[in-house]
Amino acid sequence: MNDQQNTWVMAASGHEVITNTQLSQDVHKLVVTAPRVAAARLPGQFVIVRLGDGAERIPLTIADSNAENGTIVLVVQAVGKSTSDLVGLSAGDHIHDVVGPLGRPSDLVVEGTVVCVAGGVGAAVMYPIAQGLAALGADVITVLGARTAASVVYADELAALGELILCTDDGTAGRTGFVTDALADLLGKRPAAVVYAAGPVPMMRAVAAVTQPRDVRTIVSLNPIMVDGTGMCGGCRVTVDGKMRFACVDGPEFDAHGVDFDELDDRLGTYREFERQAMTHVCRSAG
Amino acid sequence: MTDRPLSKRERLKIDRQEMPTSDAAERSRSFTEVNVGFTEQIALLEAQRCLDCKRATCVDGCPVSVDIPSFMGEIERGDLAAAARILFADNSLPAVTGRVCPQETQCEALCVRGRKGAPVAIGHLERFIADWARGHHHDDVAAVEPSGRRVAVIGAGPGGLTAAGELSRRGHAVTVFEALHLPGGVLSYGIPEFRLPNEIVMDEVRRLEALGVQIECNVVIGRTYTLEDLQAGFDAVFVSVGAGLPMFLDIPGEGLKGVYSANEYLTRINLMQSYAFPDANTPVLHGDRVVVIGGGNVAIDAVRTALRLGAHEATIVYRRGRNELPARVEEVSHADEEGVRFQLQVSPLAIEGNDERWVTGVRCVDTELGEPDESGRRRPMPIEGSERVIPCDTVVVAVGTRANPLLTSASPNLAVTNRGYLIADDRGMTNLPGVFAGGDIVRGSATVILAMGDGKRIAGTIDEYLHATAVTIDSHRRRVMSEKGLGTW
Repeated sequence: MNDQQNTWVMAASGHEVITNTQLSQDVHKLVVTAPRVAAARLPGQFVIVRLGDGAERIPLTIADSNAENGTIVLVVQAVGKSTSDLVGLSAGDHIHDVVGPLGRPSDLVVEGTVVCVAGGVGAAVMYPIAQGLAALGADVITVLGARTAASVVYADELAALGELILCTDDGTAGRTGFVTDALADLLGKRPAAVVYAAGPVPMMRAVAAVTQPRDVRTIVSLNPIMVDGTGMCGGCRVTVDGKMRFACVDGPEFDAHGVDFDELDDRLGTYREFERQAMTHVCRSAG
Repeated sequence: MTDRPLSKRERLKIDRQEMPTSDAAERSRSFTEVNVGFTEQIALLEAQRCLDCKRATCVDGCPVSVDIPSFMGEIERGDLAAAARILFADNSLPAVTGRVCPQETQCEALCVRGRKGAPVAIGHLERFIADWARGHHHDDVAAVEPSGRRVAVIGAGPGGLTAAGELSRRGHAVTVFEALHLPGGVLSYGIPEFRLPNEIVMDEVRRLEALGVQIECNVVIGRTYTLEDLQAGFDAVFVSVGAGLPMFLDIPGEGLKGVYSANEYLTRINLMQSYAFPDANTPVLHGDRVVVIGGGNVAIDAVRTALRLGAHEATIVYRRGRNELPARVEEVSHADEEGVRFQLQVSPLAIEGNDERWVTGVRCVDTELGEPDESGRRRPMPIEGSERVIPCDTVVVAVGTRANPLLTSASPNLAVTNRGYLIADDRGMTNLPGVFAGGDIVRGSATVILAMGDGKRIAGTIDEYLHATAVTIDSHRRRVMSEKGLGTW
């Protein structure tokens, strides 16, 4: 394919990387030019980026934006070949395609105390939601978890929006243990109207398990496999309350208590073998 | 016709010319095009079969009313450029329709030669002329006086591209907004390379661009812009977004690993080139035993694609019989030649999986055909006691699509049916003045040529609408256009 040469692609391409900041060992923050997306996006929405010829379409939450400068912020964790390519970009490089904003905006519930629970790079997914809630005057408490102190991202940004409870698995920062322990303690002391959660599937499943018996409304932002992001492929189908829903057009946020997390987690593993192969291929090509 | 050398009797003696195809065994393992195309010699012979009927019924069968006898006549005279001019005047994408139209139910079904013997191979000749024109850089760009009017087209599929071409030829400034990173819609992501090479679609798109059509990829109307933005920034809008959302069967096991919608399967392979993984980064499961559920063109495309990815068994499971298969006759016979297995009058009950939730088979039941249902096709009834499992590792569900809510949910004023399709009047206009709609988003899942027919017809009514309405460039419009980056006046 030589679509680089095609004018219709060129017309809409040229999303310049303004800055690329390393936030932790494998997480980078990219500020990217995308004026149309920056003007239209709302909390909870995402973009799909495609680096160039032969590259995958990768869904990424819009962590932040600046409509005046026409830029959006993408936080990328290098977990496979495609995400490694993205974090490897330098300022001045271009991302060929950025389409969005996609997905339905967050349902921002501003009543009583709102608890935002985020794990790992999910902090960047939670940030715009917490930001939107805070802007509407909600009392936001964020529970932020990571494996270890060095892998905590977006702590300062989230702390600026309200109370922050930091947890690390190994106790190198904040309290020792999982976000769910902190959340259970918190809900034991203070009633919350709603809980938002974003992060690895096991974490979101565990959060739902904590809030369900307490009957606290819980909204999760799901991250299934996705190709087009506009409802066309159905790859992002998830089961919610026994019904098939498409995360791209019906979500990405759903009522956590109805989500079939086992199916979601399982389907995310569909291409594990391929990911390994792609990384080996890269190593060989590079070697 | 005096300038034709052959008598009717001589014409009647000529047999229909076969389309040369690549070898079935070889091609079933590669993505090269199956139909090789007519040579000039074969095309001449075939064109001589046309009786140049006074009342050309074939034209009635064509959704875009191609002047078939005239272009046949030019082929016979050897003036291929003239034949191309006639063809392009009526059809914006002849290299596409020459390959994917169901001619057997359209033009060729009404050809008088078909009453006794085989109809003229109109589709193959259309493709011959379109391909000749590509090779000879033939273009039909004629300078048109700009009308000063702007039209937005939503969706760069067959309907949108056709409308864009027609409107541009009438002097209007057309911008096509496409959600994917490449134009073409189903022509790019859906129909496989072996039936419609992507390069042909891109050539057709380049030809439209040469006419002045602007195509903006990566723009989702309903998200990036709203319909209201476009109404402010343009004099008219044509909605041709397709139907979009894939339907599933609502049977157990559709969440297992190894189950695809046909849209996802074909998009990964055609648009994302996952057959070239890892050189292309998008993966796709290469099933060893692949079951495709459905009997339309999309199902046949998927099952033949599975063979080309190396499947040892590629099987169609369809609940009605061979005569009811909605796919083009040529595709079914090509699939047969390539070794696709057909499990007909078989209805899926559940998809089964192993402990690790990978697909292991499709539980099915045989059917017998009862009385015709509301669609006019005989209703499949399960035969008791015939349950069995067809073992497989990949399942592709190709049972149609439904309306995509993305645009309509963002524009609540737009009138829709209870199934989410847009409602348009006989001019193709929706309830919103200046907003027109056509193709699958109005008619439900249909064909490329019907969408193109809508695009052509509605481009005409949009043109009439533009002539009947005054140009209004007020401050609101200027502001929306500049603030939203929709161009300047």
